[in-house]
Amino acid sequence: MPLLDIRNLSTEFVTDDGVVLRAVEDVSFTLERGEALGIVGESGCGKTTAMLSLLRLLPHAGRIAGGQALFDGEDLFALSTDEFRKRRWRDLAMVFQGEMNALNPVRTIGDQVREAILLHMPWPRAKIDARVGELLELVGIPAWRAAQYPHQYSGGMRQRAMIAMALACNPQLIVADEPTTALDVMIQAQIMELLDRLRRDLDLAMIIVTHDLGVVAEACQKVLVMYGGRVAEYGPVEQVFGDPRHPYTQRLLKAFPDLDNPQAELMSIPGSPPRLSALPTGCRFHPRCPLAVERCVIETPIPRSVAAGQLVACHLA
Amino acid sequence: MTSTPPPSDNPAILEVADLAKHFPIQRSMIATLRRTPPRLVRAVDGVSFELRRGEVLALVGESGCGKTTTAMSVMGLTEPSGGMIRFEGQPLHELLRRDRSLRQTIQMIFQDPYESLNPRMTVGEIVAEPLEVHKLYKTKQATEQAVLAALDEVGLRPAAEFINRLPHELSGGQRQRVVIAGALVTGPRLLVADEPVSMLDVSIRAEILMLLNDLRKRRGISILFITHDLATAALFADRIAVMYLGRIVEIGPANAVLAQPLHPYTKALLSVIPSLNPHRKRQHLILQGETPNPADIPSGCRFHPRCPLVIDACHATDPHLEHKQGHEVACIRV
Repeated sequence: MPLLDIRNLSTEFVTDDGVVLRAVEDVSFTLERGEALGIVGESGCGKTTAMLSLLRLLPHAGRIAGGQALFDGEDLFALSTDEFRKRRWRDLAMVFQGEMNALNPVRTIGDQVREAILLHMPWPRAKIDARVGELLELVGIPAWRAAQYPHQYSGGMRQRAMIAMALACNPQLIVADEPTTALDVMIQAQIMELLDRLRRDLDLAMIIVTHDLGVVAEACQKVLVMYGGRVAEYGPVEQVFGDPRHPYTQRLLKAFPDLDNPQAELMSIPGSPPRLSALPTGCRFHPRCPLAVERCVIETPIPRSVAAGQLVACHLA
Repeated sequence: MTSTPPPSDNPAILEVADLAKHFPIQRSMIATLRRTPPRLVRAVDGVSFELRRGEVLALVGESGCGKTTTAMSVMGLTEPSGGMIRFEGQPLHELLRRDRSLRQTIQMIFQDPYESLNPRMTVGEIVAEPLEVHKLYKTKQATEQAVLAALDEVGLRPAAEFINRLPHELSGGQRQRVVIAGALVTGPRLLVADEPVSMLDVSIRAEILMLLNDLRKRRGISILFITHDLATAALFADRIAVMYLGRIVEIGPANAVLAQPLHPYTKALLSVIPSLNPHRKRQHLILQGETPNPADIPSGCRFHPRCPLVIDACHATDPHLEHKQGHEVACIRV
């Protein structure tokens, strides 16, 4: 049984005027222990919203409209808020996007990591302090720096502190939302190396949400490509990147500069990702798809298997 | 269209020699009274390069390397602490002091298309503004024609439909095209592009880069392209200069620098860029630690504390750029 089994997740936002916006629709995937899944897509594709749904941290206007999140066989969405609160951070935790800038500037890093532990495990002070030191060392920060404040840490160190906080209660699954954006390329490499080591050493299941296909190619075993809130393609990274079947995946790969082939002509996808308030009918990608036919405008494609473990949502694949 | 003097015969449109920009750190009261010299943030600490007519030179480096400060100096937006910048053979800052119209000839494109456009001005007003500031046309109609032509040239067609739009009605890619139109409308010969695509979705970066490339070819504009992304620089630049802590550590033709990086820092940077091919895992030369504070530049070679090839001599010798194997590199170990 996979550690995480997301089935047909759908999430909506309701605006003040009562308009319902479908941010995530019919998203399914699985994740094993020790495995890394990359969720890729551009602005507005719903990847962050899907993860916030999983952790039940949607803003007030958001609500899970359907689907199940089976964690070790148990549906997290069926739990009450209180019951889930006990599971959040203990079983699954998240490193949020840009979080390194959201650290409390007037409290030490140590205090903030301590807070994450205390909320779930009321240990005696000495034990918690030891754990804080352990966590910082685990992410490559010398334990003595627990007494420092966020402004005394560099961007890369703050990101490591965020990862330490997410690991505080020994979760089985970590979601990292754009863990490398806004970091210098060398620091990005350090953070990715850290996440990879943690995944292997702690047998952590990991979901990495990113727009950077390169990060997924190097760090993940599986990839989920999202577009306009729906799944475009899903499967093992070698297969999806080696033999992409969805026109969006194909063109997205061609839009990425690849240093292994720097002379290759870079292609753009005309138009831009759809806004939630103006989602195209049928296949959400059809306005930008070079292969679109009439069926694509009318009928929304469902992901179906095209090869072992590879699913594509396209009428023409 | 512009009133600046015609270009000289000099093939180099821009010459930067030993450029330095140091920012003093505010001292305590006691230190001020004692006249202790202030500590300096050496953001740019001896940078030299040439930019030829019609060429794209990429300045590549991580944050704190001084690339943006260098760009600001070239734009004349900040006075250098040392060194010299020549534009078409003449000292840049003196020229600017004497004749503001030079600003028509050197223009800039900024990184954040969501922040760089005035949200209360229409696209037409934004692109017309430089023309009005420099009083380039005598009539409103003539100005409008120039604006329409600029919008058309950057791919915002039909231009008449875009002229009355407000920035928030446009996508990121369209906004960046407006920025480019505004920069081109005065007919510049030099464009400084500071991370022009890093805030755009990947699927639209290519078209903006292609637009810049077309414009460069068609108009013969020289471009100083600032970026932290070597892969983007690889696509577009004729030459690449790699910066570290206020200095250029390697500079040469783009193909040469990418295929045969000589400086250990360049090698490391190239090695950590993720490859799309999951079967081809490059060996990552991940440098430990972070770039030092430019207020505390290491002695000798400023890269020595993180360098995998460091030897004793590196602690004492501050290497200069030297010609080696087809391009220039500042390293005694090459």
